Formats: sequence, C-alpha cells, structure tokens
Amino acid sequence: MVRLKINGSARSFDGDPEMPLLWYLRDILGLTGTKFGCGMGLCGACTVLDNGKAIRSCSKQIGTVEGHEITTIEGISEHGPHSVQKAWAEVNVPQCGYCQPGQIMQAVSLLSSKPKPTDEDIDDGMSGNICRCGTYQRIRAAIKEAAKELA
Amino acid sequence: MITLENESEKISIANVTRRSFLQGALSASAFVLAVGKSPLLVSAARTGAPAAAGALSIDATVFHPGVFLGIQPDGTVLIVSHRTEMGNGVRTSLPRILADELDADWSRVKVIQGDADERYGSQDTDGSHSVREFFEPLREAGATARLMLIRAAAQQWGVPESQCVADPVHVVSHRSSNRTLGYGELAAAAAKLPVPKREELKFKSPQEWRYIGKPAPGYDVTDVCAGKPLFGMDVRVDGMLYAAIAHPPVLGGKVKSVDDAATLKVKGVQKTIAIDPFKAPHAFQPLGGVAVIADNTWSAFKGRNQLKIEWDNGAHASYSSADYKKQLQETARQPGKAVKAIGDPDAEFAKGGKIIEAEYFAPHLAHASMEPPVAVADVRGDKVTVWSPTQNPVGVQEEVAKALGLKKEDITCHVTFLGGGFGRKSKPDYAVEAAVLSKKTGKPVKVVWSREDDIKFDYFHSVAAMYLKAAVDDKGMPKAWVQRSVFPPIGSTFDKDAVYSDEGEMSLGWNVIPFDVANFRSENGPATAHVRIGWLRSVANIYHAFAVQSFANELAYAANRDPYDYLMALIGPGRTVDAGQDAETAKKYPYDTARLRHVAELAAEKAEWGKRKPGNGWGMGIAVHRSFLTYVASVAEVVVDSNKSVLVRRVTTVVDAGIVANPDMVRSQFEGAAVFGTGLTRAGEITATNGVIDQSNFHDYRVARMNDAPAHIDVTIVESSAAPAGVGEPGVPPIAPAICNAIYAATGQRIRELPLTRNGLS
Repeated sequence: MVRLKINGSARSFDGDPEMPLLWYLRDILGLTGTKFGCGMGLCGACTVLDNGKAIRSCSKQIGTVEGHEITTIEGISEHGPHSVQKAWAEVNVPQCGYCQPGQIMQAVSLLSSKPKPTDEDIDDGMSGNICRCGTYQRIRAAIKEAAKELA
Repeated sequence: MITLENESEKISIANVTRRSFLQGALSASAFVLAVGKSPLLVSAARTGAPAAAGALSIDATVFHPGVFLGIQPDGTVLIVSHRTEMGNGVRTSLPRILADELDADWSRVKVIQGDADERYGSQDTDGSHSVREFFEPLREAGATARLMLIRAAAQQWGVPESQCVADPVHVVSHRSSNRTLGYGELAAAAAKLPVPKREELKFKSPQEWRYIGKPAPGYDVTDVCAGKPLFGMDVRVDGMLYAAIAHPPVLGGKVKSVDDAATLKVKGVQKTIAIDPFKAPHAFQPLGGVAVIADNTWSAFKGRNQLKIEWDNGAHASYSSADYKKQLQETARQPGKAVKAIGDPDAEFAKGGKIIEAEYFAPHLAHASMEPPVAVADVRGDKVTVWSPTQNPVGVQEEVAKALGLKKEDITCHVTFLGGGFGRKSKPDYAVEAAVLSKKTGKPVKVVWSREDDIKFDYFHSVAAMYLKAAVDDKGMPKAWVQRSVFPPIGSTFDKDAVYSDEGEMSLGWNVIPFDVANFRSENGPATAHVRIGWLRSVANIYHAFAVQSFANELAYAANRDPYDYLMALIGPGRTVDAGQDAETAKKYPYDTARLRHVAELAAEKAEWGKRKPGNGWGMGIAVHRSFLTYVASVAEVVVDSNKSVLVRRVTTVVDAGIVANPDMVRSQFEGAAVFGTGLTRAGEITATNGVIDQSNFHDYRVARMNDAPAHIDVTIVESSAAPAGVGEPGVPPIAPAICNAIYAATGQRIRELPLTRNGLS
C-alpha cells in the first residue's frame, strides 16, 4: 500500500508499485491534465511537482513517492488561475496545448528557485520540455511576465 | 450511457444520447441554409438527421439557419468549429469570421466542436485550407442570420427593414425611435422567416470588420492552461479497457507465433488479441499485430513488453537507408519523367558554356506530435462511437465502417482536441484499431500508442534525392535550369505499385519556377516505398524548397554576387507564372512574383541584410518559397562556433497570406514553423535497417528544444486584401535552406544533405 498526498488530498494505492506516477494520476485518479509524451523523461509533458520540485511523473514509480506531496496542474492554484497560467494566457502561448501543463509546472518550479530568471536560466530550466508546435519564444516571454507578477 | 469524469461541453464527449431531433421543433425543414460547397448541406438538414449530437447542439437552438450557428433565447450564440483544433487556431479564427458578419458579441459566443458530419463540407484539416475554404461560407452564414434578425425586428416594430441595423453589437436597433432588441429576443421570430437568398445579403466591408484581421487570444487558452480534459488522450469512458499493440516491426510483417504466458501474468492484463494484417495497399488500415488488453495503460504497456513474438517480416525487410540513399541518388542522375517544361533546356545545355550541377538529399521525418496516436471506440451492435484526435473525422467513419462491415452512417465520430497533428492524424489507422478491439472485447477500448510506436510506425515524410543543373550566362544568370526529384511517393500508401509522384506532390514546389529562366524542366524519377509514406507539415515542399533555394544560393556565389541581390535578379520582374493550378485557383490565386519579391525585400530589410560582412562563423541566409498559396521569405542568422555547433540566432520571416483572420494566430503559426524547420534541419532523420526503423524516442529522434530553437523569431505579416491563403504549413519550407545558406555564408561549408548532424555540425 502506497500512501501519498495529491493536490493536498490523502490517497492510497495498493496496485503495482512499479506503475509510474503518471499512469496512477491519469488512469486511476482521472487527473488527465498531466500528459503522456514519451515515457522516458525526455519531453516533460508529464511534469508534476514532487514536494515542490518539478519531476517527470512518467519515470517515477509510484512506490518511490510514498509520503510525498504531489502537485499536478489541477492543483497548482486553489483560487483562480496561478500567475504562471495567467501569464500563459496573456501571451497566448499555447498552440495545440498538449505540452503546456508540463511547461507550466516546469515554469512554476523554475520560478520558485529563480524568481528573476535570465534568458539563460530559462533555457536551462525549460529545455527538458519539448513543444512540438514551437511555442518556445512565447514560453520565455510568459515566464518573464509571470516573474514580474510574482515579484 | 456514457459518463465522463470531467464533463466538457466544449468537446461533445459527454452524454452521448442521440439528442432528439430537436427540441427546437422549428428545426431543420424551413431554416436550411445552403452554406458551403457540399450539396449534402441542404439535403441532410432537410431530412432532419443530425449526425452531430452532444451536450450542446446547433440543431437544438431556437434559431439555427444552417449548420454552423444557432441562437438561444438568452442570446447565446453557438458556433460550430467543424474543423480540427491542433494548434492551428481554427476554433478561434473560424467562429470569429462568422461572428463578425453576424455582428455577434464574441463574449456571448460558445464554440462547439463538430462531429464527423458531411453537412459541414470538408472537415479534412490538412493542406492549410481551413480559413481559405470557409472564409466565404462562414461570412455568408453570419450575414444570413443577421439579415433574418433584422427582418424579425422590423416586423415586430412595423418599420421598414432598411431603417434597422445590427448595431452596436448583438442587437438590432431602430435609431429614429431609439429602440433595440437583442438577438436572443429575436431568435424565435427570426426562425419563422424564410431564409433569404444570397443576392439579398449585405456583406460588411473590410473597414467594418470587427474581428477579422484583429488579433485575438485562443478561445480555449484558459482551459488548455488549466489542464482540462480536452485531448483524445484524456477521454475516459465508463467500463473502458486499455490496449497497447505490438505492431509488426517491418511493414507488412505477420505474426508467426506468439507466446503470451508472461504477459498474462502481468497484474491488470486481461487478455491478448491478434489483429489481422492489412491487405495491400495498406492505406489507413491497421498494421496488424498483437494487442494486449488491460485495466490501465501501464499494465497494457508492461504486458506488451513481455510478449514473445516471432515475426514473418516479409519483403520490406530488405529496406536499409544507406543502400536506399545510393539508389535514390543514382536514379536522380538519370533522366526522369518530365513534369513541367518551358523552352528547350537541352538545346541550351548542348551549346556548352558554364554548367553548374548539384545534388541534394533529405531523409525521412516522423511527425512526433506531442500526443501520440490514441483513440477510444465503443461498438454496440451495429452502432459505433469513436472519440478520436483526428484531422479526418469522416475518414474515421469510413475506415471504421469498412473494417467492421458497417455503414458509415452508423459510426459517430467525436473529434477531440489534438495534441499536435502535422498530418499524422489524418490517417485513422489507430481509431480502426480501437474499433476492432472494442468489437472483439464487447467493451469500450482505448488504444494508446507509446512514443516508440509513434516513431517506428509513422506514415513517414518521404526521403528524397534531388539533382539540379543550370547553364549560366557570362553574368552568372541561368539560361537553362533542370531539376529532378526522386522519392517514394505518398501514392504508394494507396497503390502498392506507385513509384512516381502524382501531380499533388509535384505541385508542392516542383512544377513551377518562380525565377526568370527561359528554359526550364522539372522531372520526377521512380522510387519504391518500403515504409508507410504520408504527408507531414508542408510535405514535399520541405525537400523541394531546400534543393531549389540552396541551388539558387550556389549560383549566386558562382556568379560572385550577394545572394540576396542575386535572388532578386533571379525572381526578376513582377509577373504571373504558371504554377500548374486549376483554372479556378489560378484566377483567385495567381502566382504573382511581385508578391514573392515583396516578402523577400521586406525580410532582407527587417533582418538588416548586408549591414554586416559574413564570415568568421557568422552569416545570414535567405530563402523564399510559395506554398499553400502563401508567399514567404525567411532570413536566418547563424553563428557557428569552433566546435561546429550552430546557433540560430534569429529567424526573420515575412509572410503574405492575403487576408488573415487572426494575425496573432498567424504569427504563432510562423513562429512555430521556424522552430519546426530548425528542428528538422539540425537533427531530423529517420532511418531503417533491415526494414526496422532505427529511432524510437526523443533521444534518437531529436526535435527542437528551447535551447536549440531560434533564439529570436520575428514574423511580419504583409497587409493584403487578396483572398485568404494557407498559414499552417507555408512557414516551414524556407527554414532549412535559409539556415543552410547562412551556414555557407558563415563558414564556407555547403550543406547538400539534411540534417546538419550528417555534416559534422550540431
């Protein structure tokens, strides 16, 4: 039995402890905001916060996050959109939008460690997240926008 | 019968109860409006058969003149987006065209996604034609409803129609008596009026447009950023099983034997099911193989890894990219089938003088949309419901019907958002897999492709070899030009014997020369396909533009001229050139080299071409290309460091796409195209060994990331009153040649083969 917190709620799971956190979120809990992109931690579509830090949920076995607090895109803000989500909408970042929950989670994590990121910080922090539509320029602009808002 | 954990009214994946033919009994019969080109629009509506059913439906509104809009008594305007949202912005741009002509308040518009339904006309969301094909029909739909609302108000007030206007927004006003009535208040009365003829309609002038040509954020941007369940991957249906499929590693392979003992021991796995191999040509049929049916996706994947399958690989096991490349190149050196000829290039070559030749090569590419192929199907007797991220909803109906021996009308296809498409999701093979497995299990089944499936079993962009030859005069300008391309054609997907390109692929940058050359011939040579070939964002334009624009650059250096100046001289004076278009297209969209010149001039100006001397690892390159009726010029600025690592510092793109519906979306399409183009230029390459694709995931099929995408992308949209043209694809073709030309300017290294990684660059 694995016990953990997802978006503030206590959860327990007695299935295969090797199941990646991603599929527990998506298939068992129905939290489909966290996306499947590669299954190898190469694209970042599945990014969630594990005790506040961005991780790739596709490569994290549920058995290894016993007792952790996991935050997904559905849980990043209780009262309306998060500043990062607002900045994303303001800049009109998404094209297809599939990777954007992962991008947003990565950006939230980046801004928590680097509240005033430089272009280089943003490149370093975000290059693990692929956007096949190519919205990188707007992602960079939205992160700067959110940094202003959060400052 | 079906419930979803998260109901979303935006995509009708909820409450699939074939909704009554209308509560709005005012429905179909009287208020049919022939919108679009499809004759079915009228007849289907008259018989009152709404193929589309969902939480919200146009047919259920009080006033719905035609299939694209309906108005509720509370003034809510429902507008259908009948084409697929995959980042192209159609759920914003198309409804806004209609809303503009209706003078509707955009904040009171609800966009609903159209199911597969021939009443809408074409739903094939590929070929960059959503706006250009539906600009007029949607305006007509809006203008028709507006006139009917005005007439309803005039009748109610007993005043002449001519005194009433739809102004300021969402209301009809009678100014002299200071009266207004809202659209909602007028809906029931408007529904009783006859639908006006087209000649009666008054269209707004471009100066009066309130939405067309004005930037707007995506209609769904908030939901997308909130992670709402919008995508095919997010569909959840009660009682649904999950399937992962072991596909034959080689195209046309068959299962010889299968041992599923270990698979069946995996927790959550229920059973394995064989899927029949296709009958050639493969077209959109499933590849066949063995499906693992499980309680969740992970168990299905894990179970699949435990399968022990012996395959009969068949004839395509001979396919190896290194040998195949040589074959293509040898074919490209031989005369091919003439596609287009002007003058007599051979006579010009025979005269001798300076001849310049070059060969180019570009590999297969995979689409690699962020959402791998996925579909849910629920077969109940002879009725089927499919939820699919698809660019081709009617294709889903047709292919599922064919596979299950049913009628197309029995297949309901709900279209979800697509996590990227790029042409891959025009091919409904994965939806057919879901339907076949639902039939065999008696339960709804979700088929999920892994990234490895997606990359190994794609409908690949073609590998191509090109040969170009020019005879130049003493100023270095070409007197004769021959170009030949050789690639396994898309036609091979539908005809196993097809080895030559059809007119379609030749029209993608090969059957036309926008240059001022008196003697020209384009040719195509034969190539046999050994993998599934499909269309990928801008298709054959990618390799054709790479060859033509690189060759033009080579000629410039051979003439010892600045490449931009030379390119402009090559394009020559503004004129209409024959682009092999049908008469209607040629009239509406003549190939006008003045527009090509203009985008090139603007791009050079914005990029500050010529301000800095190239060399020492810094350079600029320019390329122009017209595709999908849109004129594009891109200038790439690169820095190549001592480790031969290429930084694309800036891409400057200028686009003339005629009238644009939503400039911000157009800008984002061209920003995205610059990234897509940069990714394929750097490292995009799919190869095969013994028929098996060598790549499998993003570590060995590299796409652009933030740190190797262009650092800045500057997009300028030319203001134009010309008819709207394509925007989703035309940004891609100029990028590879612009970057490669820039690398030459920076280093003197000529790139004749994509990607850069084949040239010792990274």
